[in-house]
Amino acid sequence: MKSSFITRNPSVLIFLALLALFTIAVTFMSEAFGAGLISTSFVKTLGKTLCLCLIAIAMDLVWGYCGILSLGHFAFFGLGGYMIGMWLMYARTEAIVISSLANAPIPPTAQEVTDAIGTQIFGVVGSSEFPAIWAFADSLFLQLVLVVLVPGALALVFGWLAFRSRVTGVYLSILTQAMTLALALYLFQNDSGLRGNNGLSGLQNLPGVTASQDTVSMWFLWGSALALGLGYLLAAWVVSGKFGSVIRGIRDDEARVRFLGYSVEGYKLFVFTLTAIIAAIAGALYYPQAGIINPAEVAPIASIYLAVWVAIGGRGRLYGAVIGAAFVSLISTWFTGGGAPDINLGFYKILWTDWWLVLLGLSFVTVTLLAPQGISGLFDRLAGFRSPRRHGAALGPDKGSLQEKEATE
Amino acid sequence: MNAARPQTTPPATAMATLLEVSGVSVSFDGFKAINNLSFQIGPAELRAIIGPNGAGKTTFMDIITGKTRPQEGRVLWGEKSVSLLKMSEAKIAQAGVGRKFQRPTVFEDQSVHDNLLMAVKNNRAPFSVLFYRPGFADLARVEELAAEIGLEEELKRKSGELSHGQKQWLEIGMLLAQDPRLLLVDEPAAGMTLSEREQTTDILREAAKTRAVVVVEHDMEFVRRLNCKVTVLHEGSVLAEGSLDHVTKNQDVIDVYLGR
Repeated sequence: MKSSFITRNPSVLIFLALLALFTIAVTFMSEAFGAGLISTSFVKTLGKTLCLCLIAIAMDLVWGYCGILSLGHFAFFGLGGYMIGMWLMYARTEAIVISSLANAPIPPTAQEVTDAIGTQIFGVVGSSEFPAIWAFADSLFLQLVLVVLVPGALALVFGWLAFRSRVTGVYLSILTQAMTLALALYLFQNDSGLRGNNGLSGLQNLPGVTASQDTVSMWFLWGSALALGLGYLLAAWVVSGKFGSVIRGIRDDEARVRFLGYSVEGYKLFVFTLTAIIAAIAGALYYPQAGIINPAEVAPIASIYLAVWVAIGGRGRLYGAVIGAAFVSLISTWFTGGGAPDINLGFYKILWTDWWLVLLGLSFVTVTLLAPQGISGLFDRLAGFRSPRRHGAALGPDKGSLQEKEATE
Repeated sequence: MNAARPQTTPPATAMATLLEVSGVSVSFDGFKAINNLSFQIGPAELRAIIGPNGAGKTTFMDIITGKTRPQEGRVLWGEKSVSLLKMSEAKIAQAGVGRKFQRPTVFEDQSVHDNLLMAVKNNRAPFSVLFYRPGFADLARVEELAAEIGLEEELKRKSGELSHGQKQWLEIGMLLAQDPRLLLVDEPAAGMTLSEREQTTDILREAAKTRAVVVVEHDMEFVRRLNCKVTVLHEGSVLAEGSLDHVTKNQDVIDVYLGR
């Protein structure tokens, strides 16, 4: 069964091989395990890019395959980050507090330790009490479970309400934007329990780990590469069989699928929730590498960028999503990080840090108009995948069964 | 047919009727699309529905398939006389009602094989579909259906590449794959050549041997070829019913439809 899956989807094998090659190459060029050709901060950028590729796969599943243009998947990404961030911050602060109290003449009680941790974490928002949502923050295992459960439950409830009411198309997109905006606004409040606009910080320090950031960043790169590989496999498996047929059918003609006896709402809810969980896992791997998470990360614009990546890379092809996310986010780092030389026109100086978004917007419009298949469309053209389309209007009986186009040819 | 028979006990009547629509009315913003319509069909019967534009033919199909909910009336299904009015479209389709749309709607991005496989009767729940891998029985069924609709050579092709007539057949094939007990077919012959029409008639007549088939059609010549009982709809209710010759002699029918 396994071998036949690979033979039916050769792109999976190619993708996994390239990903492995990439990971090995970075390892041998890193400061921690190799020649030191790549700085640790760039290793982190690459690791984060892998996480963005993973959420792009989720976006491609939900949009490119199932036709649900969700503009809210970064809410799940951010929630995943917050869930793991709570443990990272708690455990790290706990270590600091215990070591600083170790020299006290009287050994601190458990309550005193907890209070000290609370003061440390919530001092910035003028509080020292642990909100109820931090109840499990001391357990890595439980927070990892929450990484999946919280975004999954949000997606399930939101999706159930939206799909049950048959909200589709642009209205659903607006609804998902509203969801992520509402989440961001909620998190911005100091009494949301997640430190308001300060967010969670210091996430790059793993509690109990003495290895340097050079090494830790490589661990995360490996972890992200593994998650991306597994995510790609899972997504390829989901879309390869009859399930893939059904969700592509939903994308192309929802009513027809319904009259075939498939409950369209159930399928949409399944895909929406599954992709939310993939997004959350990507987020849980991303933010420890970024070091900080704050509510601005789940702002509506982030999810729109995600749709742009997938559109530029090519919808409906898993590798397209990966190419789009990697290409756009790396090039964006290059432009906004001052890598691109500014252009002096004499009367005006084009600063790429300002003009990059205009360039991104233009290339999005260009791709949408001229190459709707995105970058991956180039691969399809090379492989001869593109098939003739006969979308002409059907002619009347007298001209036979020809389509408009054929009749003129 | 049933009306002529003496009234028997309810279970016996139900046996002879697969679908019973009685006293159904639907109005859209005050316009009565369906007005106190009653209709019955047996478990293995071919029926043609004709009527001028706006007679309510498509709305009638929408009601049976659950797309439109009527304000009044009953729609009863099968031996147990279950009401279809409370079921979702997917549930109605699973119960055995298949529908073919006027315009051929196949999944153009997917191969003929995938289109048929998607329609083959199986568990439709997301999780069982996710873990579904086609067995020999299902693959054989797909081959058999493809042969039945004359597309066995085209199984690997994308259905978007097919000609208009082939798409119509593929859609009929997908309906047969669902193994429905009632087939609702909306203008199957539109845009077909003469020989394609003949083949379509054969497919439908063959299907009607084992199940109920309702064909909505404008084309009188095609209806004549089907050679079956005809129901004439007009302004949302049944105007006449009987053989084609019988209804074409009916003065009301001549006035509203054929005379013009």
